[in-house]
Amino acid sequence: MYIYDEYDQQIVEDRVKQFRDQTRRFLSGELSENEFLPLRLQNGLYVQRYAPMLRVAIPYGLVSAKQMRKLAFIARQYDKGYAHFSTRQNVQFNWPELEQVPDILAHLAEVQMHAIQTSGNCIRNTTTDQFAGVAADELVDPRPWCEIIRQWSTFHPEFAFLPRKFKIAVNGAEEDRAAIGVHDIGLNVIKNEAGEIGFRVLVGGGLGRTPIVGSQICDFLPWQHLLTYLDAILRVYNRYGRRDNKYKARIKILVKALTPAVFAEKVNAEWAHTKDSDTTLTEQEVQRVAAHFTAPDYQQFAGEDADYLAKREAEKGFNNWAMRNLQAHKVPGYAAVTLSLKPTAVAPGDATDKQMDAAADLAERYSFGELRVTHQQNLVLADVRQSDLYALWQECKELGFATPNVGLLTDIICCPGGDFCALANAKSIPIAEAIQRTFDDLDYLHDIGDLDLNISGCMNACGHHHVGHIGVLGVDKKGLEFYQVSLGGNSGRDASIGQILGPSFAADEMPTVVSKVIDVYIQNRTPEELFLDTFQRIGMAPFKERVYAAAN
Amino acid sequence: MQRLIKNGEIIDESWHLLDKDATLDGMSNCDDLIVPLGLWLEHAHALKARDGGLGVWLDSDEHVEEIADDLPHFQVIALNFPVFSDGRNYSNARLLRDRYKYAGEVRAIGDVLRDQLFFMRRCGFDAFALRADRDAVEALESFKDFSDTYQSATDQPLPLFRRRQS
Ligand code: SF4
Repeated sequence: MYIYDEYDQQIVEDRVKQFRDQTRRFLSGELSENEFLPLRLQNGLYVQRYAPMLRVAIPYGLVSAKQMRKLAFIARQYDKGYAHFSTRQNVQFNWPELEQVPDILAHLAEVQMHAIQTSGNCIRNTTTDQFAGVAADELVDPRPWCEIIRQWSTFHPEFAFLPRKFKIAVNGAEEDRAAIGVHDIGLNVIKNEAGEIGFRVLVGGGLGRTPIVGSQICDFLPWQHLLTYLDAILRVYNRYGRRDNKYKARIKILVKALTPAVFAEKVNAEWAHTKDSDTTLTEQEVQRVAAHFTAPDYQQFAGEDADYLAKREAEKGFNNWAMRNLQAHKVPGYAAVTLSLKPTAVAPGDATDKQMDAAADLAERYSFGELRVTHQQNLVLADVRQSDLYALWQECKELGFATPNVGLLTDIICCPGGDFCALANAKSIPIAEAIQRTFDDLDYLHDIGDLDLNISGCMNACGHHHVGHIGVLGVDKKGLEFYQVSLGGNSGRDASIGQILGPSFAADEMPTVVSKVIDVYIQNRTPEELFLDTFQRIGMAPFKERVYAAAN
Repeated sequence: MQRLIKNGEIIDESWHLLDKDATLDGMSNCDDLIVPLGLWLEHAHALKARDGGLGVWLDSDEHVEEIADDLPHFQVIALNFPVFSDGRNYSNARLLRDRYKYAGEVRAIGDVLRDQLFFMRRCGFDAFALRADRDAVEALESFKDFSDTYQSATDQPLPLFRRRQS
């Protein structure tokens, strides 16, 4: 993973100093609430329903064992002993004291971490595939490009006060695990026929009130031009994006208003001026950064580990876990392992300080000391020998990481919702829990197969409900908490936005509603179909009929 | 008298900033004036004939392209921040400097606060009319907020990756 040199370290330390002074001026009354607001936001500090919330960046989801231990320390020392891994591959602390935030940032800086631009109307943390660098279906490793984007976007002086927040995602694999279609900019790093690296550029995707899949404005941008092209997009957005209405301020609204073709013309006109400027990337810089992402010291194996395969045959529990929580690795004899943070009755994505310490230990013993945070709010050990999997599984069971539900209905993506978030219309965590309790039969869950169920507590869509195969959105109905259900969303390749099923439901109806939706799928599916396939074939009507028929 | 931060020092202000709806009526011939864009577009001829210094100011929804051909007439171009969180004039400043090679004073006016000065300077502003209720001496500190920066900008055209020594 990327290791700071003295420049990177200095910039992060300067930030701690700057924020310490800003906090001091706020506490002494020199800075008003309004003036402090964007300053603290650009440092990931919200003032939430019950206490401040501090969001720490985990750049493109990569975290070392040492960094994870520091996060555990912060959870213990400054919070109530746990942290929340978010859908944007970041980590959040829900109970720090404002006065202590500069100290927390200083602790983070010691392990090359920060909270820079994790919030506010600026360029946010760049996200990518949690299996970057190891996935069997990867074409180009996106991580060096993410780091290059991180550095370019960090304290970019022209784009610190954009009309609205701005999110970039990068994918380099066959499958799109980074959901690039629903980001302000989605980059698909590819190789052309000559073997040269470049980017397919999507712009204007996003969730929130106006969910929309991004439009392609460039089919092959040679890598040298990545940063000048991003500068051009951001400049057009900064100058022409709407600022009169925060719900219409995202770049997607501008792209839609101008049409993608006209937007692309504007970008190209701007880019023509800066295309070959000093911001053009050099071979040397790309190599410098890429050198941090070389393959670890893998052992050579001829193929799959026989003993591991035999244990899968012999032990059903192990096999269940292996079926769901392992990802094919590009190196023979290795696997990427998902540590589930979704046992029933725990808020999705929450981990205790002990679990974080334990995850760090596991990373050191089994996976070259590195972890990843996924946008499904789980952790990943990316480089585990197959011969170690059985031992790792047993440890995971002890630690509560072994719920064999990755990618299944109970692997719910869920925002903090009304239990924590000031913006919520409704609670989301109890809904997740009720659904998990209803679907507690593992065989049935495996039989249902891949299914993304995503829950957001309000329109801001932090739980990505629009792209859940089943999406749940908290709504306010005359002061009561209700839930609107949508079906058919999808964040992968050919991303799509879910369609609304119909009138919303009370909290206690939700498990039954989901059960009925699943029943319709089970009764209609062909042997090879997953939920999404069946939905796309038979459409909304049968689901609607079943769910609302019973209510009469 | 209003004071101004310019080139890292605090100086007394000698220019008069005219309101957005100002007209030519009763305009002094000798004072140094910063006129709104609308007035310039309508009365460029008359304004050029004056003896005093001339500057123009743009609001955050106005574009530097409108004055791109007129730049030699202005000693000062002021860019307004109606609220500090309106970032459009960072782009205007960079365009003035980097694209149109404007070498006169580029001044930040309006809701100009200490915590934005570092970014403003990077984008080519060299003068700052700090909000009147703020301490200009303290604000000078903010220019030292960061010892280095990653990106190319007006103050440092070479991005860090072309300067790193490792
Ligand atoms: S979706 Fe709404 S309720 Fe949930 S975390 Fe985001 S803002 Fe809060």
